[in-house]
Amino acid sequence: MRLRLERRLDVPTALVWATPVVSVALALLAGALFLALTGSNPAEVYGMMLRGAFGSRYGTTETFVKAIPLMLCGLGVGVAFRMLLWNIGAEGQLYMGAFAATWVCLSFPEWPAYLLLPAMLAAGMLFGGLWALLPALPRAYLKANEVITTLMLNYVAILWVSYLVHGPWRDPAGLNFPLSPPFPRTAWLPTFPGTRVHVGLVMAIVAAAVLSVLLWRTRWGYEVRVIGESPRAARYAGMNVERNILLVMLLSGALAGLAGACEVSGVVHRLQHQISPGYGYSAIIVAWLSRLNPWAILVVAVLFGGLLVGGYAVQLAGIPAAVAYMLQGAILFFVLGGEFLTRYRIRLVVPGEVAPERRAAGAAGSGSAPGAGDAVAPARNGRAGDFGGN
Amino acid sequence: MAGDILVEMRGISKRFPGVLANDRVSLSVRAGEVHALLGENGAGKTTLMSILSGLYRPDGGEILVEGRPVVFRSPRDAIRAGIGMVHQHFRLVEPFTVAENVTLGLDRPRFALHLAAVEQEVARLGDRHGLKVDPRAQIWQLSVGEQQRVEILKMLYRGARVLIMDEPTAVLTPQEARDLFTVLRQMAAAGRAVVFISHKLQEVMEVADRITVLRAGRNVATLEKAATSARELARLMVGREVSVSYQRTRQAGQEVLLCLEGVEAMGDRGFLALRGLSLRVHAGEIVGVAGVSGNGQRELAEVISGLRPTLRGSIRVGDTEVTGCHPARLIACGLSLVPEDRLGTGLVPTLTVCDNAILKCYRHPPVSRGPFLRRGEIRRRTRVLVEEFAVKVPGLDAPVRKLSGGNLQRLLLAREISARPRVMVAVHPTRGLDVGATAGVHRLLLEQRDEGAAILLISEDLDEILALSDRVVVLYEGRIVGEMPAAQASREEIGLMMAGIELPKDAGGGGQA
Repeated sequence: MRLRLERRLDVPTALVWATPVVSVALALLAGALFLALTGSNPAEVYGMMLRGAFGSRYGTTETFVKAIPLMLCGLGVGVAFRMLLWNIGAEGQLYMGAFAATWVCLSFPEWPAYLLLPAMLAAGMLFGGLWALLPALPRAYLKANEVITTLMLNYVAILWVSYLVHGPWRDPAGLNFPLSPPFPRTAWLPTFPGTRVHVGLVMAIVAAAVLSVLLWRTRWGYEVRVIGESPRAARYAGMNVERNILLVMLLSGALAGLAGACEVSGVVHRLQHQISPGYGYSAIIVAWLSRLNPWAILVVAVLFGGLLVGGYAVQLAGIPAAVAYMLQGAILFFVLGGEFLTRYRIRLVVPGEVAPERRAAGAAGSGSAPGAGDAVAPARNGRAGDFGGN
Repeated sequence: MAGDILVEMRGISKRFPGVLANDRVSLSVRAGEVHALLGENGAGKTTLMSILSGLYRPDGGEILVEGRPVVFRSPRDAIRAGIGMVHQHFRLVEPFTVAENVTLGLDRPRFALHLAAVEQEVARLGDRHGLKVDPRAQIWQLSVGEQQRVEILKMLYRGARVLIMDEPTAVLTPQEARDLFTVLRQMAAAGRAVVFISHKLQEVMEVADRITVLRAGRNVATLEKAATSARELARLMVGREVSVSYQRTRQAGQEVLLCLEGVEAMGDRGFLALRGLSLRVHAGEIVGVAGVSGNGQRELAEVISGLRPTLRGSIRVGDTEVTGCHPARLIACGLSLVPEDRLGTGLVPTLTVCDNAILKCYRHPPVSRGPFLRRGEIRRRTRVLVEEFAVKVPGLDAPVRKLSGGNLQRLLLAREISARPRVMVAVHPTRGLDVGATAGVHRLLLEQRDEGAAILLISEDLDEILALSDRVVVLYEGRIVGEMPAAQASREEIGLMMAGIELPKDAGGGGQA
C-alpha cells in the first residue's frame, strides 16, 4: 500500500474558508504544546496576550497602530499574489518608503504641513513602487524569479537605511544612537485624539475599497484576475501580460512604501535603524490567511497586530515576545499545509490497482492538451508521466 | 534473419475510463529483427508498449518472454527481463552527466559509486553500437539526437535485449534519423530485437523487417516488409471509409481572407516547426489541415493568432498585413482562434461563466465603459449567449471548470462566433467530445462558413476533415505537402502524404496552396 495525492476536481467553498480558521486553531494548539513543554501555562499566556492586545484601551489602540502597516503591506502583497507574483519584498519596499519620506522631510523642513505631509507620502509610495519595479522588470522580460530578487532587495533597503542613520543622517544631538534628527511637528501625521492611531488607518481602509473596486469592477482588474488564473488564456485574449506585471508590482510596492512613510511620519517621527519588526514579512501571512481578499486583509491585520502587542505584554511575565513570531510562523505553516489539503486529497492505493482516473490519452488523442487532462490526470508520480502522443 | 521469438504478447487488453485502448492485441518479436508498430494517433501503440515495458498493467492477456509467462509490476521488472523502452520524451536529468544518468535508478553499486567504471563501460557500449557520446558531458550540453543515444545507452547498460523506441524520429533531424536507423539495424544484426513505434510509412519501410499495424486498439495485420508496400500500409492504417458528409449551401467566395506565405516558426523544442508554409483560405470556405500531430499544427495555429513569433514569411488577414502583430490587434482584425487547449487557454477554469464570456470583448463598449466593466450588461449578454447556443451551465456565476467538455466547447464557440470573426482557426475542435456534442460543433462551424467566414480546421480526425472541408491540405514536417478539393480526396492518398510520401504529380491535386 502506498499513499497517493490526487488533485480535487472541485474544492468545496466551505473548505476554502474553513482552512484558515482551522489552521489558526491548530497553530494555537501547537504553540500551547510548546509553551507547556517550556514550563508555562498556555492558557495563562494566551489569556495574557489577549488581555494585552484587546483588554485595555491602550492595548487596543496599540494593536491598531501595529495593524496599519500590516494592512497596507498586506494589501500590497495581496494584489501581487493575485497575479502569481510572489512579492516577498514588502519589507524592503516599506524601508524605501520610510527613507523617501524622511528625505523629503529633512530636505524641506520649513514646508507647511499641508505641503510636507502629502509630499512625504507621495515620495514614500513612489520609492516603494520603484523598489518593487526593479525586480519586476527582469521578471517580466527575462522571467527572472521574483521571489529571490524581491527578497534580496529587502536587505539592500534595510542596510541602506541603516547606513543613513549611522552616517550622513545621524542626529548630532542623538548621543550617537542610530537615529535621524526628529521630524518637525508639521511632518507628523494626524492621530485620533488621545491615541497613537494615525490617519494611516483611514488610508488603509480607502486602499482596500479602491482595490476591491479595481479588482472586481474594472477592465484592469479583470486582466489581473485572468492573468493570475491562467497566463496562457490572458495572452490568447490579447492581454499585455508584461505591462501588467510591471503595473501590479508598482502598485504593490507603492502600498508597502506608503506603510513605511506612515511609520516614520505617524509613529516614530524620525528615521531609525529598525522601523519595522518585520511587518513586510508578516503581511505575507496576513494576505495568505485572508485569501487575498482586501476586506479580510484589514481584519486579519488587526488580529496580527494584536498578536504583536500580546507578545510584548507577556514579556512582563518573563516569557519572550518571540512567542508572537513563533505563533505567526506556526500559523503560516498550518495554512500552507491546509492549503495543500484543500487542493489535493490523499488516497491509499492498494498495490496492483492501477489508478483508474488516469486518462487514456492514448485513445483520446495526443496527451498534449493539458486542458483535457487537467481535471483528471494530476498524478504527480513518475509513472503517469508519459502516455500520450501515440 | 528471423531468430527465436524473444517476446510474445497474447490477447492484451487495456481499458482506460471511457476508452478501450488495447483490444486483445497480440504481438511477437523475434531476436534479430526490427519490428515496426504502425498506426494512427490513438491506435494504441504507446499503450501496448507501455504494458510491455511494465509501465501499465494489462487488464487481460499475457506476456511471454522466451516462452515463459511473466508479470511486470514495474519498468524495473521489465528491464530485468531484458525489455527496455526509450520514451518519446526523454527521462534524463539535465544537470547530470551522461554516466550519472546511465546509473541513475540502478541499485547495483549498493553504496559507493565508481563513476569512472561506469564511464568506461558507457564509452565501450557506445563504441560497439555506434552511439558516440562523451560519458562526462552534461545532458543539457547535448543535442536532442545525442540525448536519445544516452537513453539507448541507458537501456543497453541495463542489459536490454528488446529495445522499444517510441516515435524516435519525431525529434530528430533527417541526418540524425539516418544515423539512428544504422544503429538500430546493427543492434538487430547483433541478435537483439527492436520494436519501433511510428506512423511514418517511409521510415517504417526503410528500417523494419516486419510490421504490425494497429487501428483503434486492435491488430489489423502483421506483415513482412518484403511482402507489402507503403500504399497497402497506408490503407491498413487509416482503414474505414468516410461515414458522414454535410451538404454545402453555397459556393466559396473569391476573396482571400487568410493568406500565409513562406511562414517559418520555431517549435517549443527549439527547432523549426514551420518550414516555409504557404496557405490561403477564402471567404465562405473551410480548409481542413490533415496531418499527424506534431508536424506543426499547434505552431501553425499559434503563429496565425499571434501567440508565436514568425521568423520569416508573411501573414495577412483580409488586406491587412498582420505578421508579428500582438494577439489583441489580431482579435481586432476579426481573427478568432478556437484553441486546442480549451480549458486553460480558451477558457479560464476558475473564473465564472460571465467572466469567461467576455474574455475577448471586455475592452470595448458596451461591455465596458471607460475603465469600468458593466456587470449588468455582462450578465445580460452572457445569458443571451448561453441560451442562444444552448450551453448547459449550473449558473452564470459558476466557475466554468464545472462544465462538461461539450458545454465548454459550446461556450467557447458561442463567445468566438458572437464576435462575428472573419477568419476562424479551429484546432481539434471536437477532440474528446461525444457524438452529439461533435455534431453540434460541426453544425456551428458550417453555419459560420455559410455566413462567409474563412475557417481553417486543424484536426487529427480525417473523417472530420473530409466531412467538413471544402479543400484539404496536408501538413507534414512544417510544410504543406499536398492539396486537393475535399470532394476528390481519397483517404489513401491523404494517408500517404500524412506519412511523408510524395505522390507523383498526376495522382492528386498536387502543388502548393
